[in-house]
Amino acid sequence: MRRIALTFLIVLAACGQAAAERLVVSLSNHRVAVTSSFTGEDLVLFGTVEPDNARTPLRPPYDLLVTVVGPRETMRTRRKERMLGIWINTETREFVRAPSYLSILANRPVTEIANQEVLRRLQIGLDNYLMPQRIGPDVADTVHDDPFRVAFVRLETEQGLYREDGTAVTFLTPTVFRAAIPLPANVPTGSYSIDVKLFAKGVQVAGANSALEVIKTGIEQYVADAARDHGLLYGFATALMALFIGWFGSVVFRRD
Amino acid sequence: MVIAGGADRPRAFGFERGPHRLQIYLPIADLPVNIFLVLGMGLAVGFISGMFGIGGGFLMTPLLIFIGISPAVAVASVASHIAASSFTGAISYWRKRALDVALAMMLLSAGIVGTAVGVWLFTKLRELDQLDLMIGLSYVTLLTAVGGMMIYESVRAELRTRKGMPATLRRPGSHTWLHGLPFKLRFKRSKIYVSAIPVWAIGFTIGFIGAIMGIGGGFLLVPMLIYFLRVPTATVIGTSMVLTLVTMASATVMHAATNHLVDAILALILMVGGVIGAQFGVRTGQKMRGERLRLLLGLLVFAVGLRFAYELVVSPDDPFSLRHVGAE
Repeated sequence: MRRIALTFLIVLAACGQAAAERLVVSLSNHRVAVTSSFTGEDLVLFGTVEPDNARTPLRPPYDLLVTVVGPRETMRTRRKERMLGIWINTETREFVRAPSYLSILANRPVTEIANQEVLRRLQIGLDNYLMPQRIGPDVADTVHDDPFRVAFVRLETEQGLYREDGTAVTFLTPTVFRAAIPLPANVPTGSYSIDVKLFAKGVQVAGANSALEVIKTGIEQYVADAARDHGLLYGFATALMALFIGWFGSVVFRRD
Repeated sequence: MVIAGGADRPRAFGFERGPHRLQIYLPIADLPVNIFLVLGMGLAVGFISGMFGIGGGFLMTPLLIFIGISPAVAVASVASHIAASSFTGAISYWRKRALDVALAMMLLSAGIVGTAVGVWLFTKLRELDQLDLMIGLSYVTLLTAVGGMMIYESVRAELRTRKGMPATLRRPGSHTWLHGLPFKLRFKRSKIYVSAIPVWAIGFTIGFIGAIMGIGGGFLLVPMLIYFLRVPTATVIGTSMVLTLVTMASATVMHAATNHLVDAILALILMVGGVIGAQFGVRTGQKMRGERLRLLLGLLVFAVGLRFAYELVVSPDDPFSLRHVGAE
């Protein structure tokens, strides 16, 4: 609750640069409940660019980058190869603590906003986000065109869990913007961080943070918790449910 | 660590976003499905299982995989579905006194051991990323072999009827080497006197493959009991259902306790559909001749086997796949 309360407040970023601007952002909803009828949800992030003090003028045009990072989890990417005529998973790579959800939203293609060096340093864009792999005993980040990394990002993108969208942020006026954050139906539960960066002429001039939480509610949460924390009991309950339904069926449809 | 719902992440199928009021979110499979689609699958498979007197797991598991549920969750959840439908069956055979409790108990003692070994191997293969392959290979070998045998048998019987001979084949030779084995036991209701060794081996095999493949094994167990143990047709289906019931119920508990992959909501929808569908299947099945029925079942089993073979041999659309290893 504390985190949510905090993020409701206006968050000011201290960028260390001679900031003439500051960002004020607000999220339409900080808590997304995954219920039995959940089919995905679009969140809206609103914000304005304000002068840091009344005397400094604003310097539009601005560019805005929003990076939404979901809970971390370790994922394994497997590659099939044909062996003895059949397709078998032969090689695997583990992506250690990779984001289970990663959206990079901007008002124009990321590569046009800043140069490659800046993007890499700030980890902006799917190609520049750090994704360490475990290769044998070592953990290392690989080049962005490594085949396993490319496949990993592509598979996650196909699921709607990774995206890089240069049209998701709209400037309503030169200083007021809105960003659409799409959460697909299969969105992982947990805490999400939202990082907002304001750029002017290829240089970051301000930043802000926010957060949101995706939670399972109701019976879904109950079932998922029970399965994870009390596996044996859950198994017995499911088996009993099966027996009950089986018995019920035989009573209802008894023909003799 | 393997987390709940930490299944091989399924590729979405028909889960387009939009106002689908019929969608239900499966908490362990971690994806929304159309409730009527799953219910319909339960009904259809239940119909077939009632018609042929089998559990139908060999159809249900592939169907679930096809709609995007990961093989691991499918196998584990179908176990409980089969437990429900075989319990319905077992009760009605119990009422007719058409099951051999002593024989069922003997098969069971081995069946549970087989299930435990199967669940253990299932977990190991999952860690090695070879579970999908193993499930695929088992389906291909088992289903094409059994399906082929059934087709062969029933076509031969069909041809014999055409020639005016009795369709039913006599039970082959009264004694085989199996009858020479030690530890003989007498099963009164089935009127057989056999060694405990083949009984135990059959129970173990069924429990083992049931846990790995998510099938009850009724379509394997019934022929095995008839051909190897000479169990009479009067008690064979009822007895097989008791074995299926207990191995599948224990597979549910073991899969839930070790892999946390049993989706109770998915299982519930399947069960309801399955129990209803089975009632209509039984009525249809009773109207058909035994040989015709066996041919149909053989063709069905064989087709599912071929479908899996196709998947293994043909170049996949995407050689890459993802699997959750664990949350933070």
